[in-house]
Amino acid sequence: MNVQLRSPKEIMKLSRLGCFHQSKLSFLRSFLEEFKDWKYSRDLFELDKDGYGKAIYSFSKNKKVYSLICFANELHEEERSDRVIATKWDAAFVLHDGVPSKKDIDRLYENVPKQEVGRLSYKELTLSRANKSVRLFNEVVKSLSEGKQPDKKLLSKVGYLYRTTAVYGSGKFGLADRFRIQNRPELKGPFRLEMMLVYFVRQFTFDQINHIAQNKNKNNFVKLDEKIAKSLGIGNSTGLGMAPFIVNHPTLLNNWVQSRENILKKIREIEIVKEEKFKIFYDCLRKSIINVENWNTDSEFQKSKIKELLEDLHKTINYLDTLDKKQKYIFNVIYKWIESEVCEECLEYLVSMFMEPFDEIVKEFKKKMSADEDKHFTIPSYRTIIQLRDILENHYSEIIKLDFSKKENNHNFWFISKNKEEPRLGSRFKVNGSELEQPLAIARDIKKLYERVIVTKNSQTIAEFLIENDDLRHVIRRAFIIEKFPYSEILDNTIGKKLIPIDMLRFKLSFFGAVKFDPRSDRWLRICMFQGAPLPNQLENFDDKWVYDSLN
Amino acid sequence: MKSLNEIDTISKRASRAKGFSWGVSEEIGKCVRLLELFNLPGIKNLNHYLKKYDKNNFIQLKLVEKNNLSDGKYYCPISSGVSFLDQIKIIEKYVTIQFNKIAYPLLFLPFVSRASEILGKRIYIKLDEKEFVLNFNQSIISNYSKNEIWENTNIISITFLENDNSFNDDEWIEMTKFANETFVDESDELKEKSAGAGLTDND
Repeated sequence: MNVQLRSPKEIMKLSRLGCFHQSKLSFLRSFLEEFKDWKYSRDLFELDKDGYGKAIYSFSKNKKVYSLICFANELHEEERSDRVIATKWDAAFVLHDGVPSKKDIDRLYENVPKQEVGRLSYKELTLSRANKSVRLFNEVVKSLSEGKQPDKKLLSKVGYLYRTTAVYGSGKFGLADRFRIQNRPELKGPFRLEMMLVYFVRQFTFDQINHIAQNKNKNNFVKLDEKIAKSLGIGNSTGLGMAPFIVNHPTLLNNWVQSRENILKKIREIEIVKEEKFKIFYDCLRKSIINVENWNTDSEFQKSKIKELLEDLHKTINYLDTLDKKQKYIFNVIYKWIESEVCEECLEYLVSMFMEPFDEIVKEFKKKMSADEDKHFTIPSYRTIIQLRDILENHYSEIIKLDFSKKENNHNFWFISKNKEEPRLGSRFKVNGSELEQPLAIARDIKKLYERVIVTKNSQTIAEFLIENDDLRHVIRRAFIIEKFPYSEILDNTIGKKLIPIDMLRFKLSFFGAVKFDPRSDRWLRICMFQGAPLPNQLENFDDKWVYDSLN
Repeated sequence: MKSLNEIDTISKRASRAKGFSWGVSEEIGKCVRLLELFNLPGIKNLNHYLKKYDKNNFIQLKLVEKNNLSDGKYYCPISSGVSFLDQIKIIEKYVTIQFNKIAYPLLFLPFVSRASEILGKRIYIKLDEKEFVLNFNQSIISNYSKNEIWENTNIISITFLENDNSFNDDEWIEMTKFANETFVDESDELKEKSAGAGLTDND
């Protein structure tokens, strides 16, 4: 049986991308898989009684060492902000390549707490900062210092003790460029160093809270129960800064989505699915419903999505209970049913769940999630206009139907704010600055390109066309990328009035492995990472299905 | 030290601010990154050029010819570089290409380096007295290594080098003899037993 890959025209719509969920392909899960046999250690822990000071954690194997250096600082209430405009945080972190010397630590002490205005070196790999979830943090300190474990209900409502507000890598602020580390086998997956940093930060939050509680009441205090710690993750507040990434990295975007689509195809093509494989899928699905039930948000938009998701998940369980498990191509049968019976949110949720029993299929694609983007940067200028026209008509058929003379299709523009150098979205007709628009209106520019291509001689080369159409060079490049990488483009209007920017964030975060998306507006959201993940001392022989085992 | 990622981003944005299209600015970002990777002063030269840049002050070369001669203004290294890169498959036939004036020639260089990769041929370029061999965009060999602003060059010659050996047949034969000393002489018995296939390959 040959199942067709799902069409990019169906999958690469923003509303669909905004329904993606974590899966076995997610970066935090593949990070744990890669580093499970590395030696973990806490190399330094110099905090005062209030938890301020520095700590170092490391992973090492065969003389290779990665060290996280943490700086915890006192932060006054009026200085606390999760927004990117903040200049101080409860803690700041940097991942160092190797064992830091005293000189390195002194240098980093001067720079890491300053974040964007500090300078790092090629010896540093990723940079981040985080704020306490203050009310919860204080409650947990109080409980532990009084010799009691904290209230699980309260913990489950938030899910973490600290929230990071940015994680930087790949050469930002002087950090090591990707090319310096890309050939290391342990770093072959995307965002692996960012995942490592967040994972270490999670452990720091537990160590810090135990330390503070102990100093409050040395005689009565108890350590945070490891089972409870395991059920906590690290929060993250994410704004529009993340959105342009998926536009600016088309081949990477393709490789993430195409891997997912290929896995789905392969699973649907399995003729005989062993009973135990089906059981893994079914059990994970049932357990995961508890996670969805504990997915809290104040966002009406997300609330209605969760409600629909839950209804459809129960409907799916009922359907699965009546299904003949011995029939051939059972996952294709299920897919065809869900395709017509459940909402998009549930459909993509189930696609993620399909992967759980099939390590052997997913494994192959985990290696295909990175991309050599420079390889596809140069425009093949020897190609002809007819070839470009074919690409535009085949791959962007819906985009070229859009009418950008209509205000609603041309409503927004993306720009970089002067004060924070961060991407922002503004209304073209209400705020100034659209003349400084970033090249993220791909649909509009593709349409513009198409309008010029159809009045150009078919035999003309791209080199000749570029002489007079240099202003569209950035989208000509993209057109030749999509020809080879069909999932490389968001096939939607990123400047339309109906745009929901968090769909872009949600998509990327789902590949990170984030859960409990909690939109705080249409432009930023909170999420949780590593909730339920094994602690560093539990990494050996951990159960890869931990995602569905958090206490909640 | 600035990372190459920072160099790429700042070059792209600065070029856009001076009026280059986004697509060309992306090319500039990549090219300045390449110069800095090869330890050539990309940022220094781009900064100086952008300060002087006005589209009308320089010739915007659109079509690269065998001889590109200006009797007045200097060619813009960016538009010349972009055109050279885009048209490389067409202009390859010229074997040697001449320019007489290019401003900030170091900025032109990485475009030629990228063209070398596309073409699969080394390119030799002489900028006045300074010589460069561009090796498939993997490296640049040169007698020039100054960290300076290089404002203009007057005589430019570009040659596409054929993929010829740098050694003669005798040298190759001598090397082959050395290499053969790592092999074992085959006796009749070894011929019969050590090969995977039978003695005849048509049975």
